[in-house]
Amino acid sequence: MNQENVLEIRGLKSYFFTEKGVVPAVDEVDLIVPKGKIIGLVGESGCGKSMTAKSVMGLLRFPGKIAEGSILYDGKDLAQYKDKELRKYCGKEISMIFQEPMTSLNPVLKVGRQVRETLLIHDRSLNKSQAKEKTIEIFRSVGIPEPEKRYNSYPHELSGGLRQRVMIAMAMICKPKLLIADEPTTALDVTIEAQILRLMKQLRDETGTSILIITHNLGVIAEICDYVYVMYAGKIMEQAETFELFDHTMHPYTKGLVASIPRIGKNPERLYTIPGVVPNLLHLPKGCAFSNRCQYATDRCRSEKATLICAGEDHYIRCFHVEEELAGTGGAPLQADLTQAEPEQAELTQAKPADTQSVSTEVQA
Amino acid sequence: MNRNDVQINQTAPGKIPDRSDSREILLQTNKLTKEFQLKKGKNALCVHAVTDVDLTVYKGETLALVGESGCGKSTLGRTIVRLLEATRGNVLFHDKDITAMSEKEFRSIRPNMQMVFQDPYASLDPRMTVRRIIAEPLITYHICSSKEELDRKVMELMKAVGVPVEFMNRYPHQFSGGQRQRIGIARALALQPELIICDEPVSALDVSVQSQVLNLLKDLQEQYGLTYLFIGHDLSVINFIADRICVMFLGSVCEIADKDELYSNPLHPYTSFLMDAIPQADPHLRESKRKMITGEIPSPVNLPAGCYFHTRCPYATEECLKEKPQLKDYGGRLCACHHAGDFENRN
Repeated sequence: MNQENVLEIRGLKSYFFTEKGVVPAVDEVDLIVPKGKIIGLVGESGCGKSMTAKSVMGLLRFPGKIAEGSILYDGKDLAQYKDKELRKYCGKEISMIFQEPMTSLNPVLKVGRQVRETLLIHDRSLNKSQAKEKTIEIFRSVGIPEPEKRYNSYPHELSGGLRQRVMIAMAMICKPKLLIADEPTTALDVTIEAQILRLMKQLRDETGTSILIITHNLGVIAEICDYVYVMYAGKIMEQAETFELFDHTMHPYTKGLVASIPRIGKNPERLYTIPGVVPNLLHLPKGCAFSNRCQYATDRCRSEKATLICAGEDHYIRCFHVEEELAGTGGAPLQADLTQAEPEQAELTQAKPADTQSVSTEVQA
Repeated sequence: MNRNDVQINQTAPGKIPDRSDSREILLQTNKLTKEFQLKKGKNALCVHAVTDVDLTVYKGETLALVGESGCGKSTLGRTIVRLLEATRGNVLFHDKDITAMSEKEFRSIRPNMQMVFQDPYASLDPRMTVRRIIAEPLITYHICSSKEELDRKVMELMKAVGVPVEFMNRYPHQFSGGQRQRIGIARALALQPELIICDEPVSALDVSVQSQVLNLLKDLQEQYGLTYLFIGHDLSVINFIADRICVMFLGSVCEIADKDELYSNPLHPYTSFLMDAIPQADPHLRESKRKMITGEIPSPVNLPAGCYFHTRCPYATEECLKEKPQLKDYGGRLCACHHAGDFENRN
């Protein structure tokens, strides 16, 4: 394991062994979090991004399980650890912020006590009053006004933004080396979102904590991440440094995602849409997982699985098309401009409910 | 309209001056106020959800209501369609005061104003089939004389929103979020309304599905000549769908303007902060280059004196602490800020 990296995920496969079959929620994911960097993991709901985070934290529950692969932290493979052994790290050196600040705080305990608890569990040398002092200190550093008063507040007395700050305080109080934030701003208003993102960046700059941000919002990614992984149906589709990814988007899926965001300053008649819906993980297309929605898909895409290839400086991509284009062996060049939507096609394919989608994919395959 | 004339204010709030008089007014609110009583008696407490809102919605346009959560935009939408009864003020629909009507009278108006709700998982009855969900308004209003006609109508609606008709006997849980939202839209269309109130119809959806639903809404508007009151918090979504935008803060209107004017030159400081806060999907526009608002929304129970926004506003002066600014006309657009002009210069 490289000393410059806090976390290295190698070939991670987290599967759900359900009655209907094996669901590959995370399929051969390689992900690296270097020291002091903010890494983004982006994808639509159900693409396996939260499951990747839960695998690291040992939070996968039956019928889910890490089937293969390693999660290297500090030279140790967390994937092999039992819950009890994981406790030494999780919460202390690796901590997590969850999406819903309302449901992840205990409503019957004062927030101060909840934050203090983390500290008391992981640092036995502290007594309660010292822990309280430290809690108030961390409240102040995450920008909670009147921290002494807020220490004795219940979660329902706080606004969404303040609750998320409490969650961040709880995650940061043991000075973790790695912070995993699962959709940290999704439930918040834009103005509060901007404040929380700034806070996370500031914490990284001050403490050197590495952050892994999981989100579906490409805006959040563009805002604070140094490096981005784009995930689709359990697989990494594209990964690159943030500026590189947005300036030279290569994968048709990433292109589609970027093109379908409405933007201020552009007034198109119609928005670009990716036809179809995310496939059912139980019935993935035989070849590339995106092949049934991809306008460039060929027979090869539908029958063979693509591998991640290097397509530029630290820019990796899983797509036959780009591969062929780079190798100069034909393959129609990908249009750079996706803003011209094809409404007919979109209307046809998107009109399938989630459960029938899988059937039609099978037929296609 | 008589009620409006009572106001001495020269720049009648909510009224866009001459140039737009050619447009037909569909809906108008006058001093519409909604309060929720928390405590009665001596120490009465109430949530001032919507305060003195004057809005005009023209036929065929999309007027967007934007603001942070708790600013009263959903309450305003619901009060307009009388899902909530207004505390004060009135709503004129085709110049008829619908707030004063009895339930019975209002029943004849209601088909003209329908609603699409935010959460496609909660707004469809899980025990009804899609056929039944879409047919319900048709049955309630005795639109169809026979079962065949009803089925034909339901199929037409399903086709219009892009849900395959084969699925009419399915239940909501068998559909994805985007599909469910389409069903909700079909239900709203069933009675051929003139006005549809869309309460955050895409905020629960993924980006790729969001764009599909937004395109659909735009197509339907063209096809059926609909008027939308679109409630949202995401200014980039609003930018795509809206013609005019009304920015709300703490139950009051901050600014109303045409989309292009609002985005290119926001008059109210809150509008400009709101726009700057959106994380753009372009790393070259990172936050460090933008202004950011501090603080949080004051409680709607104890409204601040003066301008409601002064606690978060960096440009606030003495005047702002004392007097609540009224909506004033700035060359065809309305803004409620004492320093709207100054602020404009500073930009």
